[in-house]
Amino acid sequence: MEDCLTVGGVNLKSRLFIGTGKYASDDLIPAVAEASASEVITVALRRVGMGQKGVMDYIPSGMRLLPNTSGARTADEAVRLARLAKAAGCGDWVKIEVISDTRHLLPDGYETAKATEVLVKEGFTVLPYINPDLYVARACIEAGAAVVMPLAAPIGTNRGLQTKEMIGILIEELDVPVVVDAGIGRPSQACEAMEMGAAACLVNTGIASSDDAVAMARAFRLAVDAGRAAYLAGAGAVRTGTEAVASSPLTGFLR
Amino acid sequence: MQVIINGENVQSSADTVASLLRERDLDPKRVVVERNRAVVAREDYDATPLNEGDTLELVQFVGGG
Repeated sequence: MEDCLTVGGVNLKSRLFIGTGKYASDDLIPAVAEASASEVITVALRRVGMGQKGVMDYIPSGMRLLPNTSGARTADEAVRLARLAKAAGCGDWVKIEVISDTRHLLPDGYETAKATEVLVKEGFTVLPYINPDLYVARACIEAGAAVVMPLAAPIGTNRGLQTKEMIGILIEELDVPVVVDAGIGRPSQACEAMEMGAAACLVNTGIASSDDAVAMARAFRLAVDAGRAAYLAGAGAVRTGTEAVASSPLTGFLR
Repeated sequence: MQVIINGENVQSSADTVASLLRERDLDPKRVVVERNRAVVAREDYDATPLNEGDTLELVQFVGGG
């Protein structure tokens, strides 16, 4: 049977979600999307005429749009943005992102859970961006979240799995897919998250800030696939102590 | 007629949401509209009137993570 990730009733073959922010040129996005083999792509919602160009013309048709609620500081603002995003006619998925801390860009779990509850009742498929906190995750799941998306490190930092232990706890405890979002800067870090049992990784800055975004998108695709395959294969036990354990027979030596 | 668009006072001669978008050279397929805090469905742009003092938000999808 094919190994699919199911989110909100949709089967995804790719476990790499990508973003559309911060590319040297938006012209790169179609090639990045293709090289990543991703099926899910995030976008943000902003006022027109503020110097930001629309991004929809660059997104390959057939990709599932995951609008975020970036800019929201409260649950009410996130709900407002989600409704606007849905009105754009690109589906009912939404990444809830509620942030009032502008220095560290850490998500507000309480407001995120509140927004999740409202939007699930309105029929949205909700993917909340959270700190890797078990209680916040459970509150979001209780409210109907389809997945939880804990941060590996602060947004846009490329610092990797700083919250590894906490993400491991979420993977162990929760019954919904855990999608590692934010902070993953290297394919090896995405691979490690997948080996741990993460359901998927969302990577934007790690790809967009590299020297060759298209090549890096491919590298992330391979890393996520490798990590997933390793998770399914089940890694061998780690031996503690200082002694080695021979891999070759210890008998029959030439003397 | 004076309306507030994206937080700014603007003079407009448009009488509907659709004509406002035309006036501002915006693609109705790419812009989402909120009028007085209520989302306006795209199929209602033509039928949604613009009144003096209306507060409108015109938004679009941009790059983000």
